[in-house]
Amino acid sequence: MVSVGAGVEIAEETRSRTSLESVVVRFAGDSGDGIQVVGGRFTLATAIGGSDLATFPDFPAEIRAPTGTTFGVSAFQINFGARRIRTIGDAPDVLVALNPAALKVNLADLPRGATIILDGGSFKERDLKKAGFAGDPRHDGTLAGYRVVDIDISDLTKKATASTGLSSREQLRCKNFWSLGLVLWMFDRPREPILAWLKQRFAKQPEVAEANSLALNAGHALGETAELGPLPAFKVGPAPIEAGLYRTVTGHEALAFGLVDGARKAGLRMVFCSYPITPASALLHHLAGMKAFGVTTFQAEDEIAAACAALGASYAGSIGVTSSSGPGIALKTETIGLAIGAELPLVVVNSQRAGPSTGMPTKTEQSDLYQAVFGRNADSPLVVLAAATPADCFVMAREAIRLAVHHMTPVMLLTDGFLANASEPWLIPDLDATPAFPVRFRAEPEGYQPFARDGRGVRDWVKPGTPGLEHRIGGIERDALSGNISYDPANHQRMTEARWDKVLAVADDIPEQEVEQGETSGRLAVVGWGSTYGPIARAVTTLRDRGQSVSHIHLRHLWPLPRNLGELLRGFEHILVPEMNKGQLVTILRNEYLVPAQSLSKVTGKPFTIHEVEDAMTAALGISS
Amino acid sequence: MNAPVLKPRQPKDYATDQEVRWCPGCGDYAILKAVQRTLADIAADPARTVFVSGIGCAARFPYYIETYGFHTIHGRAPAVATGIKLANPELDVWVVGGDGDMLSIGGNHLMHALRRNVDLTILLFNNEIYGLTKGQYSPTSRIGTRSPSTPGGSIDRPVSALRLALGAGARFVARGIDTQQKVLPDILKRAHAHKGTALVEIIQNCIVYNDGAFAGFTDRAVEADAQIHVEHGAPLLFGKDRRKGLRLAAGGLAIEAVSLDEEGVEEGQILIHDQTNAMLATLLAMLEPPMPVAVGVLFDSPAPTYDAAVRAQEETERARAGTPDLNALLRRGPTWTMPG
Repeated sequence: MVSVGAGVEIAEETRSRTSLESVVVRFAGDSGDGIQVVGGRFTLATAIGGSDLATFPDFPAEIRAPTGTTFGVSAFQINFGARRIRTIGDAPDVLVALNPAALKVNLADLPRGATIILDGGSFKERDLKKAGFAGDPRHDGTLAGYRVVDIDISDLTKKATASTGLSSREQLRCKNFWSLGLVLWMFDRPREPILAWLKQRFAKQPEVAEANSLALNAGHALGETAELGPLPAFKVGPAPIEAGLYRTVTGHEALAFGLVDGARKAGLRMVFCSYPITPASALLHHLAGMKAFGVTTFQAEDEIAAACAALGASYAGSIGVTSSSGPGIALKTETIGLAIGAELPLVVVNSQRAGPSTGMPTKTEQSDLYQAVFGRNADSPLVVLAAATPADCFVMAREAIRLAVHHMTPVMLLTDGFLANASEPWLIPDLDATPAFPVRFRAEPEGYQPFARDGRGVRDWVKPGTPGLEHRIGGIERDALSGNISYDPANHQRMTEARWDKVLAVADDIPEQEVEQGETSGRLAVVGWGSTYGPIARAVTTLRDRGQSVSHIHLRHLWPLPRNLGELLRGFEHILVPEMNKGQLVTILRNEYLVPAQSLSKVTGKPFTIHEVEDAMTAALGISS
Repeated sequence: MNAPVLKPRQPKDYATDQEVRWCPGCGDYAILKAVQRTLADIAADPARTVFVSGIGCAARFPYYIETYGFHTIHGRAPAVATGIKLANPELDVWVVGGDGDMLSIGGNHLMHALRRNVDLTILLFNNEIYGLTKGQYSPTSRIGTRSPSTPGGSIDRPVSALRLALGAGARFVARGIDTQQKVLPDILKRAHAHKGTALVEIIQNCIVYNDGAFAGFTDRAVEADAQIHVEHGAPLLFGKDRRKGLRLAAGGLAIEAVSLDEEGVEEGQILIHDQTNAMLATLLAMLEPPMPVAVGVLFDSPAPTYDAAVRAQEETERARAGTPDLNALLRRGPTWTMPG
């Protein structure tokens, strides 16, 4: 039953496991095949084995695409290894394709020599036609150069689950777990945590738990039984990871936890106001399930109302948070301007996606940096932060709340579609080990002036309900002390500068810029922000291993920039700024520091590969790649 | 801490030190006076009271009321006010805006505040014109309104604030008139006492851009016959000596105005106002000249408020989940230990 792609020889002794430093596996199938579920389970089994890992789901944009079509293909990719894993991997080493459409869509990403595990049972003429294949790719040379494992997974799944009494259709739905069983065997990963999970997940449908368990075991047994001939088998050892208790976390989960912890540390109720939009909605979903933690969630009638309600909540003494993606952020802009003028805290999370306009909602990009830093009418500065990895979303969400409430300013936190959905192992922090940053509301009426400032340029936060401090604020220019309407020319000059200086002074309250990898001066600095962290980190490691003088600088505070950044950048001969946009940070750096930074731009809706960054680095260094 | 003893208050206690900058003769002055009178009558606690507004002449209102005040952006006051109530349901929140603010740029937010039934008192000053931007026609302007943006007369049909509100599921709908200083504070008190979103349309004369727009039913000479002041449980009578009334038209679902002196008209046919009847409220809201314009509380039928329901759901969650422990939550589900 195992056929081998033309031109590839598989040695008989593949029964002994090949040791790999890291490997990339992609599961793909119809959106009804349960690909995301098995991806998640394989991630857990891999993590428990001690490997480091990174994962990314690739859902179809259509909610219920017709079965078997290419636009209905759902995929899940995992990169795991016996070393630190920084990205989801440039290309899959193993593709599991549960139907022809999944093969069709993913084949272009597969380098020659990769292993393809196919469900041969789903390669009937009708299936092939739906997927747009003219012939059968298994036999017409399409798969030449690949290692093809062609198994009738459908049939074997039905046989394995026949004893459960489920319908044939229900039996077939277990083929994702059959495939998972086989892949677990291929990589020598434990089945027990998954069997336990199935039992718990389908506690109310024991026959479903049983069928999936049988399928999982059958897939695993097929790998083990010698009669099946050559199947590749690998060993991926544990990675050198810091000791401690871990879980996996997606960027959106980490954001939710970070926001809740931030509000808790500020001593405030959080009012989270949002309007559904891809890929930001998951944050609303996570927080809506956390109402017991002092979180109020509000699904507003539109993006504007979401921002306004969040600002109203901040005005009333909670921390208002609103979340969206680029086009939704555009709608919130006027409200953000009001928050800047009224000098109220507000956290705005932007899960960036490919644009302009609707663009490609399910594809990632980081092209809203100009929007975040500059994208409002008038001189309207605010604080801009960016998370680098899914787990970093936790820290930066908390940081966003801290800076907003202690500097009376809106803070824009940038993530992106990749970070939002990607997951990685997370060393679970002890939340009590990080100091709280409680807010002190003003309650003393004596000498109160709504827009009087402290030494940092920050005005007092007063909760309505406080006797003796009744005052009026608004969007019309405010008198520098009373906050009453003022059209006085000198006052406007003074207030414009006060707003500007207040945000710049946030630089005194953030860490100095550190160097992720490498020396603080040298031939080349690669400067990144946001989700380019992974490919840059790996590419820099590779070139440093080759003895090159390269360093990785990753910005998390994008406005204001860290105090020492200019000096740091001037210590390098070359500066390379990889960004998933047409070069936004690079112009800000050139403008702020007059440094000859070069741009590496990519806007395909996909993250950088490590090789793309490496190639740009070698070109900048003038060496061969 | 003892509750503060509130001194008897006067309308002037609710005035700020800011110079009021509406045009001389503007209806807003009268409304400001009525609101300050209302606040005094209900002994509103300035510390717990918040006035929120959008943009427009009416929206300057918070600067003139000695409570907390937030002058926000065009059309968005109901959304900001909703956020305030979500953060602190104990605050007494009033929303002030004009017809452009509430029915044009902010129509969406008004509709959703009403359907959610957030506990807000919303005052909609309707002058059927854009004042602050110098006189363009508004969404309530009647067809044919000549303005800088409609030199040949407006051609789009106006929206009725009260019918829109009832359609959106409002539980309190009332109408007042700026100059009626005896009537207006009572309507405002009723609106304030209502738990949930209370919408009061206040007919307001713009002396500069739309002077006399409402003269047809607000002039002293005609008001008795051109207005009907509705009162729950009382017959719907109007006219100088209350010899006119409203009854259901024969053979159709409509209201007609009749005179008790006409032959065939009996007092028993006159409708009794029932403020809990949404259908009657809709019929009354539809009355336009030459029918008498309805003034007073057209509809008042309380329902659970959004802000209270939000808190109740959170309390249920908290009771179910026990003491919230974020550290424990992070450790729930699949975890593993790395030996390092």
